Amino acid sequence: MGTVKQVIGGLDAGFVTTKFTELLGWAQKYSLFQYPFVTACCGMEFMAVAGPRYDMSRFGAEAPRFSPRQADLLWVVGTISQRQAPALRRIYEQMAEPKWVLAFGTCASCGGFYDNYTTVPGIDKIIPVDVFVPGCPPRPEAVFDGLMLLQEKIQTGVKGPLVVPPKHLPRLAQLRQKGSTVDFGTEEIKRLEAERSPADMKLLEQKD
Amino acid sequence: MEPHYEALGDEQTLDLPTEPMRLNMGPSHPAMHGTIRMVLDLDGESIVDLDLQPGYLHRGFEKSCERGTWSQVFPYVDRLNYVSPMLNNVGFALAVEKLIGLEVPERCTYYRTVLGELARMSDHITCNGAAAMELGAFTPFLWLIKVRDWIWDILEQETGARLTHSFGRIGGMAAPPTDGFRESTLAIFDEIDHVMMESEALLMKNRIFLDRTQQIGNLSQEDAIAMGCTGVILRSTGVDYDVRKANPYMFYDRFDFDVPIGHDGDNYDRFVCRFEEMRQSMRIIRQALDQMPTSGSVVSEDLRYVLPNKSDVYDSIEGTIAHFKLVMEGIKVPPGEVYSFTEGGNGELGFFIVSDGSGTPYRVRVRPPCWYNLQACRDMLIGDMIADIIPTFGSINMIGGECDR
Amino acid sequence: MSKKVIKRLKSEFGDAILATSDFRGDFEARVAKKTWKKVALFLRDELQMNHIIDITAVDYPEREPELPRFEMKLIVRSMSTNDRVRIAAHLADGEKIDSLTDVWRGANWAEREIFDMFGISFNGHPDQRRILMYEEFEGHPLRKDYPIGKAQPLVPYRDVSGTEKIAPFGAEEGQPWGRIDWAARLADGDVQVSPSISQQTGGRKALSTGPETSPLAEQEE
Repeated sequence: MGTVKQVIGGLDAGFVTTKFTELLGWAQKYSLFQYPFVTACCGMEFMAVAGPRYDMSRFGAEAPRFSPRQADLLWVVGTISQRQAPALRRIYEQMAEPKWVLAFGTCASCGGFYDNYTTVPGIDKIIPVDVFVPGCPPRPEAVFDGLMLLQEKIQTGVKGPLVVPPKHLPRLAQLRQKGSTVDFGTEEIKRLEAERSPADMKLLEQKD
Repeated sequence: MEPHYEALGDEQTLDLPTEPMRLNMGPSHPAMHGTIRMVLDLDGESIVDLDLQPGYLHRGFEKSCERGTWSQVFPYVDRLNYVSPMLNNVGFALAVEKLIGLEVPERCTYYRTVLGELARMSDHITCNGAAAMELGAFTPFLWLIKVRDWIWDILEQETGARLTHSFGRIGGMAAPPTDGFRESTLAIFDEIDHVMMESEALLMKNRIFLDRTQQIGNLSQEDAIAMGCTGVILRSTGVDYDVRKANPYMFYDRFDFDVPIGHDGDNYDRFVCRFEEMRQSMRIIRQALDQMPTSGSVVSEDLRYVLPNKSDVYDSIEGTIAHFKLVMEGIKVPPGEVYSFTEGGNGELGFFIVSDGSGTPYRVRVRPPCWYNLQACRDMLIGDMIADIIPTFGSINMIGGECDR
Repeated sequence: MSKKVIKRLKSEFGDAILATSDFRGDFEARVAKKTWKKVALFLRDELQMNHIIDITAVDYPEREPELPRFEMKLIVRSMSTNDRVRIAAHLADGEKIDSLTDVWRGANWAEREIFDMFGISFNGHPDQRRILMYEEFEGHPLRKDYPIGKAQPLVPYRDVSGTEKIAPFGAEEGQPWGRIDWAARLADGDVQVSPSISQQTGGRKALSTGPETSPLAEQEE
């Protein structure tokens, strides 16, 4: 029969354990059951993210569960007022482990420009947050950046909150950058190069 | 074996004791129309009494306005009725311009009209789509969101942002229309018509949809008027009141459009009224795009309120001084108070502004159409069942940002 | 359009109409607070002003003690004649004014909001309690002497000093008007694409050295 290897827990992090954790991470990140805690304007972008053009179901995160017991990803979409805070806290506490929180929008991340008596300045003052997606409201592409960051976080198990950075880099430079994590084919590069003016192309060529 | 029927006499009817149950439909609930708390007193499934508790999205709009300048109110105003932000922008700009007595060029007014009507279409799409989805019709929701993304593409092309544009300015707009504005707007209208027809075909003859919306959430005319309802809620009861027809502002008296009126005041009438209003909006947009001058400024010439061109700032003394004063001190609105009202997505959106002559607003009161419409929700729901809350609440189009401010 | 409303009010109430004004087309009549409800009933019954538009208040604390602090505003219109009028009334701090809920039912929530935001109480209001703020809130936010930043949290804030919500980008990131030298940045290879996890959790430098080379990019060459 051979030696019995501990698969779950224990100090023995062998091959089976790490592979199991990886498998678990893979399964969890591609099947997030969301609890959309939608309050304000970001809810409209949330609808667009769930809509047909920016399709959230590509990421496996489509199915909303309106009971916190059945959900594992809490999307806090929109401004949380002081009056709403106990409800948010209770919903977070009712969710079962493992659970993640995504702060959608600037108001959820830091209170936004509602710096007043009635807005909670960021939901991380109430519940621990995994990913912050700034924007007022964030573009659906930024939301997907946040979702993909969260998926990487679930897979790698890194601690601490992550923030979605702005995309400031011109598209072509992004693609041509060595080691770019954006993965497109040569067709896209050719198309973008055709749109560029000769002066810009010279600049990019110098870099190579 | 034959079934054995025995007629139950009166003495055999069971008198089961019942007591009303209090149920809380909490501030976080699936209807994606904002946060509201309803405390229901139920007798079985029927609603005996209903205590609506708004205020879960109170963000201190009116207090925040008193802290900045008049121009800094525009981002706050955008987030009031956040599904039709252009209408709020235009409403506030008109209010301040009424107080100042400032005229804007014709091209600006047409531009505001077109962007405002696009925003109104986006509002009605969201309301109807979400209401249909809550009743189980997921497909029309996705089709209508597709349409809404087309409209938002146009708005993004013009203003730079999909949702909260902050594009209005006191005395004009932030930028002139782009070159492809007319073509790209008209290009989507045929497809919008087609998608709307498809969505209606799925819903309007659907037995389930009709049973859940017809004769549910009825509101009488007298109640609606006494409650201060405006907009689609009021028009669905049969009252012909639309600010664009009754007190025409901007150039609405130059356009030929109809105002859809219902007759029962139920959810179905509101739903149909919204779809018809979308069609009328498209009609207005077509006429406005035809009449709009193709060249000309979209800001007023008055340098006390509008930033001058950058070339003037660098080349002329007046431009430099005007720019300096406006940036350092803000717009100085003369003292006074005025109430200006426009037709927002949900009804009469009014701004009551008080100025004390300095660059800071003294009081910006927004008269939210949702606030009074939501009050009427109680009348609509008493006597109906819990399941009727969903279509009724969805048809009111309560936008939390506008209701709670 | 609404001038005749003011005329009718003047002829009915005479001196009880303390002042009238016509500014930018808005007709307003000011009354004393004790005639507030009588005027409202007259407007509804005699002038068919059945459509309530708004009730609000404005706070002028610097007017005291010469003039009372608050000014109530009532805006109504008539569905049949499309007339509009605005009625104003001065109100001192601590004074109560009649509720208009039995004149127009829509006044209910408007007056609750004024009570919540300004602290003005209404005589005869059926359900006077806070509507926008929560019951535990103390003070009335829209008064000028309530500081805007004074929050009264219901849920005590967590201590977030340990976790850093540090954005992995510098002060000028994402700003098209910043003085970013694109040529230099592209030349150095010092560009920032979607940063990998190690960058966000490891080094905190704003302009990082770029993500690790992925095998696919090498194939493209």
